Amino acid sequence: MAAGTGSGRTVSATFSPVRGWLLLPSWLVIGIFLLVPVLLMLVYSFLTKEFRGGVIWEFSLAAYDQFVFDRGLFGDDPPQIEWAYITIFVRSILQALGATVLCLLIGFPTAYFIATRPANTRAIWLFLVTIPYWVNLLIRTVSMKFLIRDNGPLNEALLAIGVIDAPLQLINTNFAVQLGLFYSYLPFMVLPIYASVERYNFALSEAASDLYAPKWTILRSILLPVVKPGIIAGCILVFVPSLGAFLAPDLLGGAKTFMIGSLIEEQFKGNAGNWPFGAAASMILLSMVLVVLLFYARAQSREQT
Amino acid sequence: MNRRFDIKHYQGFLAITCLCLFILYAPLIIVMIYSFNDSASITNWGGFSLRWYADVFTGPESEKFKLAAWNSLSIAVMAATVATTVATAGAIGMIRGGQFRGKSASFALISLPIMVPEIVTAVATLIFFSTIGFKLGTLSILVAHIVFCIPFAYLPISARLQGIEASYEEAAQDLYADRWRTFRYVLMPIMWPGILSGFLLAFIISLDDFIITNFIKGAGIETLPTAIFGSVKQGIKPNIMALSTLLLLFSIALVTLSYFIGKRGQEPHPTD
Repeated sequence: MAAGTGSGRTVSATFSPVRGWLLLPSWLVIGIFLLVPVLLMLVYSFLTKEFRGGVIWEFSLAAYDQFVFDRGLFGDDPPQIEWAYITIFVRSILQALGATVLCLLIGFPTAYFIATRPANTRAIWLFLVTIPYWVNLLIRTVSMKFLIRDNGPLNEALLAIGVIDAPLQLINTNFAVQLGLFYSYLPFMVLPIYASVERYNFALSEAASDLYAPKWTILRSILLPVVKPGIIAGCILVFVPSLGAFLAPDLLGGAKTFMIGSLIEEQFKGNAGNWPFGAAASMILLSMVLVVLLFYARAQSREQT
Repeated sequence: MNRRFDIKHYQGFLAITCLCLFILYAPLIIVMIYSFNDSASITNWGGFSLRWYADVFTGPESEKFKLAAWNSLSIAVMAATVATTVATAGAIGMIRGGQFRGKSASFALISLPIMVPEIVTAVATLIFFSTIGFKLGTLSILVAHIVFCIPFAYLPISARLQGIEASYEEAAQDLYADRWRTFRYVLMPIMWPGILSGFLLAFIISLDDFIITNFIKGAGIETLPTAIFGSVKQGIKPNIMALSTLLLLFSIALVTLSYFIGKRGQEPHPTD
């Protein structure tokens, strides 16, 4: 990129007469095979369930009602608040928040450290953080399960050095799921923060230092406000996939650590499922994600003006 | 420079970075090490051996693994090819199409597969195929993979295109090249590292996908991730660790390749 073009560069329009044709395949493929399916899912969430999977085309609010009320086996008991699904949603939000905080605590210093390396070694550090992102998430989660299982290498090592007397029961706990989410999405936190620290002008810090600001004050009051968009982007990139995660709760957790992803999956497996309920759960998850993304988009546009 | 006065330096950040890398790599390295374990037990170390690698290729489950590997690779090649073609056209339309109404809507649509949680995409796709009566199988997997590969191919391609001055194409068009020739002989040779890097990323993303494939694969067809998942559900076995190690090294090799291609593309060209 040539220097000095900056934000004032003109928009290139060499292909503008054919841009409709160029964009048409993207519109068609994503429109037909993702946008239409999502709208169809919205419709399904208002249909009546078929007992062996699938739906009956009859309007019903039963799927959403089921989240909040327990009306007994035949649906004619006086409604009571059903806590099971609310608990699953609250647990998912807490797990995702926890994973986000953990990723931020480890990810920010890492991103900062890498961004302040000399140009020749920076790429290598960054590459090392990026590789795990491209390694199959299933294999990474299985590896974590292997590591922390009851008689796995972690417990063996802790027993050998005498920190514990009996193996820690880590697998099937909320902690294991938390660890799995943190481990899965850690690179997502590092990369956007790295990108914003790399663009940060350290002359600002030097100016603060010349005026006798202590180092940690410089970090908190000068650097953090400037790199905030990167931090928010990182938090969203960790929070959103954690919220709908399936592999970590399924492989590392058990029945007591159920999250939204497992709940949804259960509705579509075998004959015991409930498609409208699964569609409704997916719609609620999607709405939560959209709210987070809208909040982010608004924060960004405010940042730019 | 004296570190105490280096305002960029913070005590402990190096340690946290090392901790971060340790967390990211330790589980993978341990599984790699145990995949060379001679013992049939996954807990005790019985000496170094390649028997589980032999087992992957010739053991009782080898036919299943080979078929799954073939499915995974053929779907990934086709999905990445189509997605890269669609994404290249889309990127040129977006970056070289000037300012137009619906530009941000188009960008949102292209990014949609990244923004929608995977499990939601899986549910929506399953519902869609079941409503139109489309038979679940290789073709349904392929279609779904193309959709979510598009944004991953789009990002490096559009990033590359943004870094290319439009003056090259303008010069070509001044010399009466039509748009196809401008693309084929001017734009394409400059932007190919972006296209290749987009292809490789789309390929890896397709190869690695579990959640969406698991929902819409239908009965009787497996890809490597779904085969591994099915196996792991009954307990982690040493041959699965060997298979995982192979898949892991393959992904790392592809990412490294994509990285060096991308780097080559960043080398300044004469006019910079």
